[in-house]
Amino acid sequence: MSLIQQIIGGDRRALAQALTLIENDDHNSQNILANLYRHTGHSHIIGITGIPGVGKSTLINSLAKLMRKRDDTLGLLAIDPSSQFSQGAILGDRIRMRDLLGDKGVFIRSMATRGVLGGLSSTASAAVDILDAAGFDRVIVETVGVGQSEVDIASNAQTSIVVLCPGLGDSIQAAKSGLLEIADIIVINKSDYPKVNLTKSYLHEMIDIGRAAQTRGSETQTTISDTHSVSNGNLDTDNSLWEVPIITTVATTGEGVGDLFEQLLAHYNHIKSTGEMTRRRNRRLRAIFESQLRKQLYTKLSQMLSEDYCLRQLEVIMEGETDPYTAATNCIKHFETNYIGDEE
Amino acid sequence: MSDNPIRILIAKPGLDGHDRGAKIIARALRDAGMEVIYTGLRQSPMMIVEAAMQEDVNAIGVSILSGAHQVLVTRIINLLNEKGLGHIPLLVGGIIPENDVDELSQLGVAGVFGPGTSTSEIVALVQDVVS
Repeated sequence: MSLIQQIIGGDRRALAQALTLIENDDHNSQNILANLYRHTGHSHIIGITGIPGVGKSTLINSLAKLMRKRDDTLGLLAIDPSSQFSQGAILGDRIRMRDLLGDKGVFIRSMATRGVLGGLSSTASAAVDILDAAGFDRVIVETVGVGQSEVDIASNAQTSIVVLCPGLGDSIQAAKSGLLEIADIIVINKSDYPKVNLTKSYLHEMIDIGRAAQTRGSETQTTISDTHSVSNGNLDTDNSLWEVPIITTVATTGEGVGDLFEQLLAHYNHIKSTGEMTRRRNRRLRAIFESQLRKQLYTKLSQMLSEDYCLRQLEVIMEGETDPYTAATNCIKHFETNYIGDEE
Repeated sequence: MSDNPIRILIAKPGLDGHDRGAKIIARALRDAGMEVIYTGLRQSPMMIVEAAMQEDVNAIGVSILSGAHQVLVTRIINLLNEKGLGHIPLLVGGIIPENDVDELSQLGVAGVFGPGTSTSEIVALVQDVVS
């Protein structure tokens, strides 16, 4: 039986092996993804993002227990950063998910960010597709909310949860430009800590300001240049009906996690009934398509850079006979005539 | 394969609650460029083997200070074999009396580290058993 059939048939070991191949950018990975693609599209994909220490893993532990009570199966991708120095990583999300370990309906995979070609988001997005094809009812992607790639991953999700906690102060200010924009649900975890109401009112205010700005913005919007602005353009129609809820939780005790699960289900129903689901799907497909193009072009480009023509150009630059800008343009012209011209 | 980082599971089976050693090992392996999946305290052999399967690791390291190494290691190895994961090398660290080392090796343990082993020795052995 092929790896593809094994994965679809629910073989967890085959699933684990496929994830490794994707992670390692094995030469088979494109083929695996292409074959699994038509089996995707059935899972509810949930992104959970927040700065380190707010309790994302603990929250997932509590949330997953509720999902398991309903007999939902769960695939979980926990992403942690690689060290910039050694390229190694300590992936410790399993520590907080101890109630899920050993449960056959839960599959947990830890992933390090590595320095992946084409960005982490393409690897994570591929891993999500594989978990989806493996038939899990819900797929959760947990990321540390720092940097653009995490925002990209979260925006891949059908439902994005942003987790904060009381007392973050300026961190919320920092988060608003990136993270809060993508939140479908905001969670204030550790809500047994002081100042939870202050944090809550900050967030309410921020969301109100954001909504006001968006309404104004859509009036002046004249060009629709990509799918992202297409979805923004639609914000004032059906999607704006979704009010981003702010939920307070104590993940360690499970307090408020029931509310979170209800909102998750409500949001999923919302996007299914409004057409937002299709818009998100299309946005995601475009992102995957673009990143595949970029990756394959980059591979070709790297091959080209080691070729005589480019090496000669480099020498000419170093001898001061031309500048790097002209030389780069020459190389691209060379690339176009010798590669792109040949194929098709 | 050689370009890809080694993925190793570090776990503490059984009931002893001292994980400082395991954390130091995890850190040293990370600094050597490995991806360390650290599962924390009080893991059952079943949890460890399941995690090793899901994470598709190249090696497993367990830290045992309780004296129950024979029982725990036997169960882990049996479970690994049952699940067709017998090829994953298992390394054991902690308080292991010298007299027991041979027996653990016969069970199929790829390496045993007692107190005082340098982290560079451990890194070297992990790289060796994985390759």
